[in-house]
Amino acid sequence: MRQVAIYGKGGIGKSTTTQNLNAGLAEMGKHIMIVGCDPKADSTRLILGGLAQQTVLDTLREEGEDIDLGYVMKTGYGGIKCVESGGPEPGVGCAGRGIITSINLLERLGAYTADLDYVFYDVLGDVVCGGFAMPIREGKAREIYIVASGEMMALYAANNISKGIQKYASTGGVRLGGIICNSRKVDGEAELVEAFAKELGTQMIHFVPRDNMVQRAEINKKTVIEYAPESDQAAVYRELARKIDGNDMFVIPKPLKQERLEQILMDHGMMDIA
Amino acid sequence: MEERTRILDQYGARVYKNRKEHVVQVENAPSNQSIAANSRSVPGIMTNRGCCYAGCKGVVLGPLKDVAIITHGPIGCGFYSWGTRRNKATPVDGRNFLEYCLSTDLQEPDIVFGGEKKLKQAIREAVGIFHPKCVMICSTCPVGLIGDDIQAVADWAQQEFSIKCLAFSCEGYKGVSQSAGHHIANNGLMKYIVGSGDAPPAKRFSVNILGEYNIGGDEWEIARILKRIGYDIVATFTGNGSYETMKNAHTASLNLVQCHRSINYIAEMMKDKYNIDWIKINFIGLGAVCKSLRDMAKYFGDPDLTARTEAVIADELSEIQDDIDYYREKLKGKTAGIFVGGSRSHHYQNLLADFGVHTVIAGYEFAHRDDYEGRGILPNIKEDADSKNIEQLHMQPDEKHYRMIVSKERFEDLKQEIPLADYGGMIHEMNDGNMVIDDFNHFETLELLRLFKPDFFFSGIKDKYILQKAGVVSRQMHSYDYSGPYAGFRGAVNFARDISMGLNVPVWGYVTPPWKTEPTLTGRLTHPEEERQGKKNA
Repeated sequence: MRQVAIYGKGGIGKSTTTQNLNAGLAEMGKHIMIVGCDPKADSTRLILGGLAQQTVLDTLREEGEDIDLGYVMKTGYGGIKCVESGGPEPGVGCAGRGIITSINLLERLGAYTADLDYVFYDVLGDVVCGGFAMPIREGKAREIYIVASGEMMALYAANNISKGIQKYASTGGVRLGGIICNSRKVDGEAELVEAFAKELGTQMIHFVPRDNMVQRAEINKKTVIEYAPESDQAAVYRELARKIDGNDMFVIPKPLKQERLEQILMDHGMMDIA
Repeated sequence: MEERTRILDQYGARVYKNRKEHVVQVENAPSNQSIAANSRSVPGIMTNRGCCYAGCKGVVLGPLKDVAIITHGPIGCGFYSWGTRRNKATPVDGRNFLEYCLSTDLQEPDIVFGGEKKLKQAIREAVGIFHPKCVMICSTCPVGLIGDDIQAVADWAQQEFSIKCLAFSCEGYKGVSQSAGHHIANNGLMKYIVGSGDAPPAKRFSVNILGEYNIGGDEWEIARILKRIGYDIVATFTGNGSYETMKNAHTASLNLVQCHRSINYIAEMMKDKYNIDWIKINFIGLGAVCKSLRDMAKYFGDPDLTARTEAVIADELSEIQDDIDYYREKLKGKTAGIFVGGSRSHHYQNLLADFGVHTVIAGYEFAHRDDYEGRGILPNIKEDADSKNIEQLHMQPDEKHYRMIVSKERFEDLKQEIPLADYGGMIHEMNDGNMVIDDFNHFETLELLRLFKPDFFFSGIKDKYILQKAGVVSRQMHSYDYSGPYAGFRGAVNFARDISMGLNVPVWGYVTPPWKTEPTLTGRLTHPEEERQGKKNA
C-alpha cells in the first residue's frame, strides 16, 4: 500500500488534481482510498458526484465513539473509497487536532485494508501546525507531492512545505516524490518550476496545462476523466497517474533560502515583467 | 556562606549560574542582600510552583462563596483545584458554593469544534440549578490554544440571565508561576466588581481585609477580634468573601493587606481609584497581631478605638497566657524551615518566634523581589517579557467615590509610624547564616534538611511528603492538615498545639517495621556443579 499526501498553497488545485489523478489510477485498476483532510470537506466531491459525505468528526460528535466505518466511507467513481475528515466551522476550535483525531479513528475502525494500492491524503494549504503534519508523521504517508504553479507565492508555499517534510523525513521516513505543476499560464512556467524542483533536489513530475475542461467537469461534479474521457486534459491526467505509479525518485528535499528562491524567479524571466 | 556553597556546588554550570541568584545566605543582618525572583524556573528542576490557573481560580477566586466558578477545560484542572486549599465560608442564605466543583469537562470533539457551546450550556445549567448572582469562567490551557472567546460568552450570559458574569483568561501556561494568575484575578475583580454596588459609605472604622483566604477558618478568628474592637468589615478578599460584599468594597475606610503578593494590585488600584489607603498587617503570630491592631488604631487616631484595642489585646492575651507558657516551654530553642506561597513564609516566622522557635530557612514559591526585599526596591525591578505579558491596569480617580479619609500631611506623618502603603519584605528580619531561597525545588529541600536538620518544615502539598518521609515534622500550609485556624490569638494556640504534638508524640517508637524482624531479601549459596545438576533434573 502506497500512502501519498498532497500538499500545496491554498487554492492551487490540490483537490482537483488529486481526484483527477485518482480517477486515472482507478482506470488502471488500482484500489484507492482518499482521506480528505480539510474542514471544508470538499476533497471527494468530484469522485462522489457531490458533497454527500458525512464527515468523520461530525459523526464522532453526534454518535460518540461507537462508529461504523460504513457510516463515514462512501464509494465513488472507479470504486474509489472516500472519507472526509471534516472539522470545525471557520474561526473556532482546532482543525489540526481534528485531523489527528480523525486519522487515528480511521485506523481503529480498520479503514486501511490490505487490498488498497493507494491511500491519498488531500491536506489543506500550508503545514501551519502539528495537526496538518499528521499525515506525514508516524510513518503514515511515505511520499508527498506538492502542487504548485509558477507564481511566486505558490513556490514560496512549496518551499515552506519542504521544510516540514525535511523535519519529518528523519523521524517518520517521509520523502518528496515531486512537484506537480498546475499551470496558471505564467511566462516560462515549466522552466521555472523545473529549476525550482531541481534546486530542491526533486523533479517536476508533470506539467498540467490550464484547460477550461476542468472547470466544466467541476460544475458537473465530475472528474475530467469521467466527464470527458476523450479530451486532451483527460489524457494529461492519465499521464500524471502513469508517472506517479511508476515514480521511483523519492528524496529528502533541501529547502531554499529566501534569497535563492528570489534569484531563481529572476533568472526565469520574471524581471522582464517588472 | 558555607551551606549555600555546599548546595550550589552540586549543580552543573548552567543550573549553577541560574540558581546562585535565587539562593541567599544572610550576612550582616539586617541584610540588604538582593535575590532573583519571579523569573522562569529551570526546566526539569522539580520546582514546587503551580500555574496561572492555580493562582487565579485556586487562590484568589476560589474562596468566593456565592459565585459559581466554572473551570472551562478538561476535568483534571477543575477536579484538582476542588477543595484543596480548604477555604472555609459561612453561608449567607443557607448556601455555600465552595462545596461544588463546576467544569465544562471538555472532550476531544469539543477541542476540535470549539468549546463555546458547551460553556454556554454549563452556564445555563449552573444558573438553573444554583441561581447564583455571579458566575466566573476560568480558562485552562487548551481553551487558550483553540481560542474560545470566553469574554463574548460572559457578555452573552450577562444579557441572557441578568447575572454578573466574568471571564478570566488564566490559562496555566501564562507567566512564570501562579503569580500571574493572582494578577489576572485582581484585574477582573477590580474592573467589574469593586465599586459596582450602591451601598452608602460604611461606618467610620470600616475595613476590607485583603489577601486573607480563610484557610482552616483564619478569617473567622480575625473577624472575631476586629469586631470585638468595633471594626466593621466591609469585604474580605476573598476568604469567606462574596460577590455581594465585594461590590461595596469601595465604601470602606482602610484596606488591610495580609498576603502582599496575591492582592497588592487591588490595594494599589483602590488607592488610585477611591483614595483608600492600605496598610500591611499580619494576623499570624501574637506579636504580629498586636502590632497590626495597634497600627490600625493609629491610622484612625481615635482615643476610644485605641483604648478598646488595648483592652481587647490584654483580655485576649490573658485568656491564652497559660497555653502560651506551656507550649513555649515545649518548643523553645527548636528550629524551623518554611517554604510556602509569596508572603506566608514571612508571616509564620512571627508566630514561630512567639514560641521560641527560630526560623533558619525561608523562601517563597512565587514571590517577587519586593516580597523579599521590600517595596523600596520596586523602582529597580526590571520588567521582563513574562511580566509584561500580564495586563497592568491604570486606575483613574472615580468622580463619585474618590474621597479624603486622612489629610496629605497626616498621611506623611503616619507613614513614619506604620507600614502605610508599604511592605518591608522578609529578608531584613532574618538572621546571619539563615537561608533565603526563591523558587526552591526538591533537591534543595532535601539538601537543606541534611545541612540544617530543622525540627519543623512547613510547606505546600508537593514537598510535604518528602519531608515527612525524611522524618521531619511538617504541616501543609494550604490545608493546615485539617486543623486550624492558625491566625489571631486562639489560632496561635492551635498552631503551637499541632506542632508540639508532631514533635512530642512518640508514635513511631511503638511501631516495629518489618525490616527490623524479617529479612527483606532471601537467597541461597549454591555450588556450580549443584546448579548444573539442578538444571538437568528440571
